[in-house]
Amino acid sequence: MKRLESVNDFVIKFANVNGTGSASANNMFAKALFRMGLPVSPKNIFPSNIQGLPTWYEVRVSEKGYLGRRGGVDIALSVNPQSMAQDIQEVEEGGYFIYDNTKPLDLRLVRNDVNIIGIPLTRICNDEYSDPRQRQLFKNVIYVGALAALLDMDFKVLTDLVKDQFKGKEKLILPNIHALELGHQYAKANLECPIGIRVKTSDKVGDKILLDGNTALGLGAIYGGATVAAWYPITPSTSVVDAYEKYVRRVRIDPGTGEKNYAIVQAEDELSAIGMVIGASWNGARAFTATSGPGVSLMSEFLGLAYFAEIPTVLFDVQRAGPSTGMPTRTQQSDILSAAYASHGDTKQVLLFPSTPKECFDFGAQSFDLAERLQTPIILMTDLDLGMNDNMSEPLEWDDARQYDRGKVMTAEQLEDGIEFGRYLDVDGDAICYRTYPGTHPKRGAFFTRGTSRDEYAVYTEKGEEYEKNMLRLMRKWDTIKEYVPQPEVVEASEKTDVAVLYYGTSEESSRESLDHLAGEGIHLNAMRVRAFPFNDDVKAFIEDHEQVFVIEQNRDAQLRTLLMAEFEFGPDKLKSVLCFDGTPISARNISKQIRQHLSGGAIEPLHRTKIASQAGESA
Amino acid sequence: MSYQIPKFRHPELPVNDLGYTKADYEGSISTLCAGCGHDSISGAIVKACHELSIEPHKIAKMSGIGCSSKSPTYFLGKSHGFNSVHGRMPSVVTGAAMANRDLIYLGVSGDGDTASIGMGQFAHVARRNLNMVYIVMNNGCYGLTKGQDSATADEGSVSKKGDANVFSAIDLCSTALQMGATFVARSFSGDKEQLVPLIKAAISHRGFALIDVVSPCVTFNNNAGSTKSYEFVREHAEATGTVDFVPMQKEITTDYAPGSSHEVTLHDGSSIHLYKMSEDLDPFDRTSALMNMEKHRTAGDILTGLIYMDKDSRDLHDVLETSRRPLNTLDAEDLCPGNQMLKNINASLR
Ligand SMILES: Cc1ncc(C[n+]2csc(CCOP(=O)(O)OP(=O)(O)O)c2C)c(N)n1
Ligand code: SF4
Repeated sequence: MKRLESVNDFVIKFANVNGTGSASANNMFAKALFRMGLPVSPKNIFPSNIQGLPTWYEVRVSEKGYLGRRGGVDIALSVNPQSMAQDIQEVEEGGYFIYDNTKPLDLRLVRNDVNIIGIPLTRICNDEYSDPRQRQLFKNVIYVGALAALLDMDFKVLTDLVKDQFKGKEKLILPNIHALELGHQYAKANLECPIGIRVKTSDKVGDKILLDGNTALGLGAIYGGATVAAWYPITPSTSVVDAYEKYVRRVRIDPGTGEKNYAIVQAEDELSAIGMVIGASWNGARAFTATSGPGVSLMSEFLGLAYFAEIPTVLFDVQRAGPSTGMPTRTQQSDILSAAYASHGDTKQVLLFPSTPKECFDFGAQSFDLAERLQTPIILMTDLDLGMNDNMSEPLEWDDARQYDRGKVMTAEQLEDGIEFGRYLDVDGDAICYRTYPGTHPKRGAFFTRGTSRDEYAVYTEKGEEYEKNMLRLMRKWDTIKEYVPQPEVVEASEKTDVAVLYYGTSEESSRESLDHLAGEGIHLNAMRVRAFPFNDDVKAFIEDHEQVFVIEQNRDAQLRTLLMAEFEFGPDKLKSVLCFDGTPISARNISKQIRQHLSGGAIEPLHRTKIASQAGESA
Repeated sequence: MSYQIPKFRHPELPVNDLGYTKADYEGSISTLCAGCGHDSISGAIVKACHELSIEPHKIAKMSGIGCSSKSPTYFLGKSHGFNSVHGRMPSVVTGAAMANRDLIYLGVSGDGDTASIGMGQFAHVARRNLNMVYIVMNNGCYGLTKGQDSATADEGSVSKKGDANVFSAIDLCSTALQMGATFVARSFSGDKEQLVPLIKAAISHRGFALIDVVSPCVTFNNNAGSTKSYEFVREHAEATGTVDFVPMQKEITTDYAPGSSHEVTLHDGSSIHLYKMSEDLDPFDRTSALMNMEKHRTAGDILTGLIYMDKDSRDLHDVLETSRRPLNTLDAEDLCPGNQMLKNINASLR
């Protein structure tokens, strides 16, 4: 039988039961490979359920450094009878299926083109442990030990990892190492080790770190100087504030007095959370909230107020699959339009699109500078894939000389000097006006903040020309904003081409991998990664310079494409969609497949997105 | 459109400890209907702040949406103001107070704003004991959207459409008490003698202070059948081609002694019974406060005065142990942990 062979290049998928403690064992496996110097990208695929339903953990190992989803599974490790039929079906021809053979495998499931490996995990546990909880927990650690033998991993890396992970809980170290050994020894003694897929210590990790985007965002908020966090629990954004709280406790409590240089309020709902952020920012503190799609819907009215009244506001949107409750624990990039135009009336919101934890940190901190400089909401868009999975990333860095950009705020002295103050006066010609913090000066600088129309001195008015003047200034401000937000990144193909791709956020990794593959087939494409909305003129020029541009995104309705068409008035034939919206991260194979279809026969054939949508669901 | 009040004032107007006259606490001229109870409350706020010698710019006046929520424009012209969105003033104040604990937060709301769309935020701001004064200008109806019943309208009361309200009323004072508010009072817009001291006490209280003020709506609390009613006048006005008509009315005022009950006639000819808490009633007991209110409600009276106060109240900042220094005065040096800490974090992530 064919046997997949490779060194340091494979996809392994663990199939477990939610709530059985498998997450930490699977994580240990991924981290050990990372410590062996191998680029890894683990992805949790879990149900919206606390216990009992199937959950998967897919680890991509790629010496070449590809971190996106490749598509396909080389090794399936299935300890969940519920999903076994599906798990074995997903394995590539010649791949490996590892299961708990305490009970025999249902003969109907057996595939002749897959190498089947049985390990009696339950029996080993039952022989070794009497406590039911231990039997369950250590079963996971045992299969990690067995994998170490099957893949020829450096066993010491695993034991060192256990020692590091349980620092402070020393009692747990030996039992965990013992469980690893149980699995390792069983495999060595009873199975053919190693299998065709192996790992070898490498040097491809360098000083990189493994970090999830939400933690990076929480840290970004601390470094960005956020003192007020208001939020309402929702997957997958909850851990942003959890991380903020965890670290802020370490660094912002005065050891002498116990006083806190921060305030975290768990609000009663998202309406309240964003209201608190707006109130705090209005008063000159840096504040943020984190939420996901349903929360953004609820926050819309307030976002319109913040846009129109020009109040700095920072919102982190960790997207999940919608609409409505959709698939709460699956990933998508489908809040783009509702965030970009959040709220009624003519509103435009600034969006940032980080694609790595490092960028979550950088953009997270920068959001506060941008919000205060531009006096408008900044919505940072990540997604479950980036937010909740460990991603390999450049290390985080901070320039200690960096000062915060507090934007245009008039001080008491400036007001005292008699400088004319009009809250909505465009003094500098960049359409950004001066504000004052409440309580600044006894006689000057007080103004009324309101969502109703007003003149340049913040006095209520319904005069059409005043309203128009204000709305047109806001449009000019939109142009100013283009200079401040992160600029797009361009990657040119090695050969001249008039076809390109455009992507953002978590689609980056798979897109880049797909472009490499396509280049190998002679299909060369230039690439642009958009990092913010408003799009600047480079984005427009890039699209204009190409005959055709594929827009890669993870939603059904091609939302970024719609936004590009709306903002630049491109015709529908210019921009073609490459989509994935089944709730899993888009894979490189899927992208390549869709682009090949578009380009079949070498001719650029306009393909309407409805045709694509029908095929995009396959998580190829 | 708001008008600026003419600057000229009599030179011998009484000044407070700060040397400010009452005029320093006023705002733009009101554009509410003549005789609207809300204007009387604005007047009481001006008087209370003047008498307390508060620096006007140290107050932040916040509101939601509605006629009542417009009123901050008409007092404290030297303070920063914030008309937020309908019913969501409490969250904005919460954020503002988190950012700067050194200002006085005066929230103004309507019964529609508070008891319907904003009920959730109202309940939660009370339970968090945010240090603020929350004044509800309670007219039992929606003024700005022209006269629908609000959730505080009494069962059986008749709206401008002529329909009797079939739902029971929400009592904001009882709700606030049950949610943990540490200062609860009720008053009547026209009773300055009672309202001004209550506002002063509420400002001095540390924690959440609710004052629910019965505040008649000239234009919409006028039931069918009354010749003073909006309906009646409009019918007659339409004959002359006028499409909109707001009757000029005089403000309803009252003055009565503590421990006594008093009947107040509203613009539509209907009446309410106010009962002023007698001075020997203990306002420091939450249970008896609730019982007292219920007793008077059953008797058809509205209990007014300071209903409850917790002298040992700990506000949200106390509970969260936030720094004494307002958070909005902290800057990079205070807030940013520096690159070395990131290096340590990086090391822990390998
Ligand atoms: C989200 C939203 N829904 C509805 C409205 C319309 N609206 C404006 S004011 C108001 C009611 C105000 O009533 P109340 O708070 O009792 O104040 P009053 O005008 O009686 O003083 C309503 C429903 C709005 N502005 N926003
Ligand atoms: S409609 Fe009623 S509440 Fe509104 S201003 Fe007129 S009298 Fe006051």
